[in-house]
Amino acid sequence: MRAELVVVPVLLPLATAGLMLLLGEGRRTAKAVANLASTVLSLAAALALLLWVNQQEAAVAFGVYLPGNWPVPYGIVLVADHLSALMAVLAGCVGLASLLYALARWQHAGVYFHVLFQLQLMGLYGAFLTADLFNLFVFFEVLLAASYGLLLHGGGGARVRTGLHYIAINLVASLLFLIGVAVLYGVTGTLNMADIAQKLPAVPASDRGLLHAGAAILAVAFLAKAALWPLNFWLPAAYAAASAPVAGLFAVLTKVGVYAILRLWTLCFPESAGASAHFGGEVLIWGGLATLAFGAVGMLASQQLARLAGYSVIASSGTLIAAIGFDAPQLSAGALYYLASSTLAGCALFLLVELLERSRMVELGPQQLDDGQDQLPAFFDAAPPTGVNLDDNEDALIGRAIPGPLAFLGLTFMASTLVVAGLPPLSGFVSKLAMLSALLSLDGAAAWTLFALIIVSGLLAATGLIRIGMRHFWTAPDRLPPRLRVIETLPISWLLALSLWLVVCGESALTYTRKAADALHSPQRYIEAVLSAQPLAVTSGEQP
Amino acid sequence: MEVVISLAIGLMAGAGVWLVLRPRTFQVLIGLSLLSYAVNLFIFSVGSLAIGQEPIVKPGLPADLMHYSDPLPQSLVLTAIVIGFATTALFLVVILALRGLSGGDHVDGHGEPP
Repeated sequence: MRAELVVVPVLLPLATAGLMLLLGEGRRTAKAVANLASTVLSLAAALALLLWVNQQEAAVAFGVYLPGNWPVPYGIVLVADHLSALMAVLAGCVGLASLLYALARWQHAGVYFHVLFQLQLMGLYGAFLTADLFNLFVFFEVLLAASYGLLLHGGGGARVRTGLHYIAINLVASLLFLIGVAVLYGVTGTLNMADIAQKLPAVPASDRGLLHAGAAILAVAFLAKAALWPLNFWLPAAYAAASAPVAGLFAVLTKVGVYAILRLWTLCFPESAGASAHFGGEVLIWGGLATLAFGAVGMLASQQLARLAGYSVIASSGTLIAAIGFDAPQLSAGALYYLASSTLAGCALFLLVELLERSRMVELGPQQLDDGQDQLPAFFDAAPPTGVNLDDNEDALIGRAIPGPLAFLGLTFMASTLVVAGLPPLSGFVSKLAMLSALLSLDGAAAWTLFALIIVSGLLAATGLIRIGMRHFWTAPDRLPPRLRVIETLPISWLLALSLWLVVCGESALTYTRKAADALHSPQRYIEAVLSAQPLAVTSGEQP
Repeated sequence: MEVVISLAIGLMAGAGVWLVLRPRTFQVLIGLSLLSYAVNLFIFSVGSLAIGQEPIVKPGLPADLMHYSDPLPQSLVLTAIVIGFATTALFLVVILALRGLSGGDHVDGHGEPP
């Protein structure tokens, strides 16, 4: 593999976004084609990275690229390892699904949808691939700035109101991020993550308080993005107000915070870090548990599917953060598998929301007041409604065919429910099983609380989702089937097929996440791989 | 000088936090701006404060922090200022949109009482 492949998923969306800006406000088709091509190609690049990383020996499974060709502690570094490649592929898969969905209708709701979408992808890929703390801040800002625009996509009071809260929260979180970065730089004198991790043991005892304060402030910024309780009150409202494809894409946004915590915490505060070993681990565990409980209760309390999907994102964040806090490789492996599965299912749920709402809109009937005729709408139909069982004995109507769209919605909703609630046979079950079996080998109240909460949250999620499913699919026999377009069904099928693939190839997927967890829990390999990277020899006597 | 800088940072951060917690959108905007000024000054100050030292290597002087100021925080501040300015401008647009949609300047979008 050429090292340049690491930078492709960042540069390609950026170049595409720039190109689309040059195209002006029209040329929708050209922009849609460019967007789709760039999304598919960057996903392919991320997939190539993942396959390459998977083939390598554990000690050398790091694709390191130096964008400015500066020697390592001074220049920015991009690194693709197991975790980064997995997150990048996940972002690409979710991005492709959201884009396909948006191509049906939502792309027409605003002029700059495609540009913002590509910048969002660029920020996601960059945040997952960078190995420089300040560069991480820049990519965070890129993806956040794009997400502000995308959240407001479509307009309307609800979006602007929740968008204001979302932007204010994230601006404050970004300032905290900056403070944390500045303190870490002041203490260690470097911004390269591997270099920071290497220098931490040498920090004098007098500076250790400052170091911990900086790390804690940085963690608050990440945890606010990962929707840790109590920093997550903005999430359900904002995600429910966002347009369907944007909310689907946002399913991976909270995972950026989780990723940053996972990367930096395992790198900087491992078992071997001396006085700083496992700094803040208890906060991660109990904060994650509180978040999981909050998300589960929220799922049960939600009446709308959109809010329920938001709470399911919170619950999955909580599970992940709590699992990270234990710093156990087996548990982390299960958690990474769960991360993939829950992100795919969360995106599918957000995409389904609008389609289900559409089937309810059909029930209200076409708009009759503004049809141009001076006629009051009829209060009741002269003819008996079709499809209702008018038989006196209410005998079953045998052989009535379920309309195709309704069958599709019902089946995909059921499949998403199975994944989110962690019921067999889909990937949610495998991920929860992997985490539960890892938890059995850990002792302590926190491990048992997480064990119980994972099971109980599954029950609550199943209850909440089944209740909504019953309301949508069972209780309205005379409901007309909604009209779906094929391109709207494609992304949902794609996400659920990926989830199914995670089960069918469960062993290889779990092997991969196990390798990723092992790599995370032996940070020395990452540090060596990054610090041993050499800039390319410069030809023709130029200075680098 | 350290005292002056820390007082300035503390004053701006305190005022910024107070304003961010206010219910009017414009106060939140000013609060965020003040907070970002405080943070920028803070980043600037982690690179060891010094007078009359520039981050450009001169012949004859050894290249260490005793003789030069650290150039990296200054470049970080520059990036942070640009990003902060852009996001603040975006926030202002959203505030105006909310004002147009709700008719008031409450952060939760409640209209003004008549």
